[in-house]
Amino acid sequence: MQKLLLLGDEAIAQGAIDAGLSGIYAYPGTPSTEITEYVQSSKKAQELNIRSEWSANEKTAMEAAIGMSYAGKRAMVCMKHVGLNVAADAFVNSGITGANGGLVVVSADDPSMHSSQNEQDSRFYGKFALIPTLEPHDQQQAYDMVHYAFDISEQLGTPVLIRIVTRLAHSRSAVQRKETIRQQNKITLPSDLSQYILLPAMARKRYRTLINKQDRFLELSETGGYNTYHEGSDKSLGIIVSGLAYNYLMENYGYRKVPYPVLQVGQYPVPEALVRKMDEEVDEFMVIEEGFPFIEEQLKGLLSKNITVKGRLDGSLPRTGELNPNIVAKALGLESGYGDPVPSLAVSRPPELCKGCPHIDTYNALNKAMEEYGQGKVFSDIGCYTLGALPPFQSINSCVDMGASVTMAKGAADAGMHPSIAVIGDSTFTHSGMTGLLDAVNDNSNVVIMILDNATVAMTGGQHSSALNRLESICKGIGVEEDHIRVLSPLPKNLEENTNAIREELGYEGVSVIIPRRECIKTLSRRMKTKAKKKKKESTQ
Amino acid sequence: MKKDIILAGVGGQGILSIAATIGMAAVDKGLYLKQAEVHGMSQQGGEVQSHLRLSDRPIASDLIPEGEADIILAVEPLESLKYLPWLAPEGWLITNTVPFKNISNYPHIDEVIARIKERKNHVAMDAESIAKNIGSVKATNIVVLGAAAPFLGIEYEAFEKALRNIFGRKGEEIVNMNLKALKSGQELATANN
Ligand SMILES: Cc1ncc(C[n+]2csc(CCOP(=O)(O)OP(=O)(O)O)c2C)c(N)n1
Ligand code: SF4
Repeated sequence: MQKLLLLGDEAIAQGAIDAGLSGIYAYPGTPSTEITEYVQSSKKAQELNIRSEWSANEKTAMEAAIGMSYAGKRAMVCMKHVGLNVAADAFVNSGITGANGGLVVVSADDPSMHSSQNEQDSRFYGKFALIPTLEPHDQQQAYDMVHYAFDISEQLGTPVLIRIVTRLAHSRSAVQRKETIRQQNKITLPSDLSQYILLPAMARKRYRTLINKQDRFLELSETGGYNTYHEGSDKSLGIIVSGLAYNYLMENYGYRKVPYPVLQVGQYPVPEALVRKMDEEVDEFMVIEEGFPFIEEQLKGLLSKNITVKGRLDGSLPRTGELNPNIVAKALGLESGYGDPVPSLAVSRPPELCKGCPHIDTYNALNKAMEEYGQGKVFSDIGCYTLGALPPFQSINSCVDMGASVTMAKGAADAGMHPSIAVIGDSTFTHSGMTGLLDAVNDNSNVVIMILDNATVAMTGGQHSSALNRLESICKGIGVEEDHIRVLSPLPKNLEENTNAIREELGYEGVSVIIPRRECIKTLSRRMKTKAKKKKKESTQ
Repeated sequence: MKKDIILAGVGGQGILSIAATIGMAAVDKGLYLKQAEVHGMSQQGGEVQSHLRLSDRPIASDLIPEGEADIILAVEPLESLKYLPWLAPEGWLITNTVPFKNISNYPHIDEVIARIKERKNHVAMDAESIAKNIGSVKATNIVVLGAAAPFLGIEYEAFEKALRNIFGRKGEEIVNMNLKALKSGQELATANN
């Protein structure tokens, strides 16, 4: 089978296709988006009829995958780390129901917050749900682990979590595919039809089953092949290193052998027997892991002596941010290179809205309408439009989690703040703003909800938005009065008209929805290009 | 053989096409490769950067350690300076000199160029004019790649082959323009050094 040059994300997708996947479910989120996009654009996946459209949010994605697994087929769910918070209810309970067809969840963490609100570590979720968790260190291992994950998921009847990080998700390297491609499963219902009914009596039984599986999960961690003990002659230090951090360790030794014993971790629960083996022979530990001190915190209960553990907790490694070869070198007391500093004249280019972006016209109108009310009354959300927080606009005052603008505006209105405004994107609205709008309608809260409809999920690269052509009917269905659902055309020439429309709704006591609607110019130009290409193809045929 | 290359520029300047071309040439020569990209935000005009590592032996880290890059290959002069901490003392700074100004505090271009010329090993060229003369500003990135070609440790023909592969679908005209762009960059670099 040929070697392919793949991003870590793409290696996971190819691995899933080759492992007999029937459906992939996801909501876009950096750095996980390319997994699903790879399946969507794969000819092979189309031939095999693998289901791959975007879901409305991570929870609906997770639940649909549980359903596919229930029916006996292999399903994968992908998301960025904070997406797992949204999917958490379904995810944690899927540990208790267990899996029928293989069920693999991929969560992509973003240490250093290259494009996220936090740097939470998904391994905690794996432990919390009491399920096996895998952490590949390179693209090849990412590909291979997907097969292994589906195998153990079906053998042990459990969902499996794969945790990756930005630098693996978005780094390319050669991947050797497997010789044989697995067939998809046929529909087979769970042998016990009460397995998925988590009524207390049944749930207690299922929970017991999950607890009883823990020994087997641990045994697999110790013997399954993804946790390896490399012997070393210098026992003054023992190194536990997980996932991507292994690459940084090896980089520092070039092609020499690491003199210390090294426990390379790629599977959880933490392999206790291998940790104890190291404990017996070394004087001191160092734990090198990307993300939180997850293994490091668990060592305390495992080590017999009062032994020093170096890592992120004692300051040997920084407590926050991603690792790199130089940071690891420093922790190990090794020499590391340095170049010239960045000259002070090399100023940065802060991100800004594209020239011609519809959000610009919306913010210009909003700022004008808000002149009489002063600053501090506009809640917002996550998307391109979050750049409205920065100069020259400085129109918005919050960005917490997807959907929060609507509900925060409601809460502040309940407190008596006036006006109270939410600014939310079309995709974010159908992700998790709709339910908040229902709360506002039921309470008749005095809010103005602006849904910025640019007909796409722009922030993550222009994916299809679940909200497309549905916004007015959703708002109407939720109970917003028709007269107070206003659609605007955000263009410079309409500034006056749009400002007035916003002013009017600010004066209305109750729930108003304003929908400034114009397509994202990047998505528009991409769409035009594809159209032209298609035309050219047709005319040459 | 081992080459660590930092690619730098601004969104839309074709950094990832350079990476793809070098990558294809390297894989064709049987080299190991790792390429970490920063997929920035979607909006226009942000910084784009990629770590590209080639070697005849397996490569451990996806990121290049500081002070060890052999080459900074930049399509924008100010961007070329942001990665100096990675450049080895003897490393080459190869860059287009035409600024992309989308910020109000962009420093005076003469100061930027002066700073680039402080590096003993540098190739600084107006790749944009060269590309324009050939037929399209769009080939600016390939002119810079051509200028870096003599330093990459891969024979020139491999890049030509990769360009044919990558631009093949777009027709003979585009392929030839890119081959010309590559050639002019290469000639400029060899004439000056
Ligand atoms: C729970 C969660 N899932 C996914 C993301 C990634 N993400 C950030 S903004 C965004 C969507 C933005 O789309 P939209 O609301 O339509 O705004 P636009 O960018 O188009 O202006 C996504 C998917 C996230 N931050 N949090
Ligand atoms: S990508 Fe689209 S939505 Fe985002 S800033 Fe550019 S034009 Fe606006």
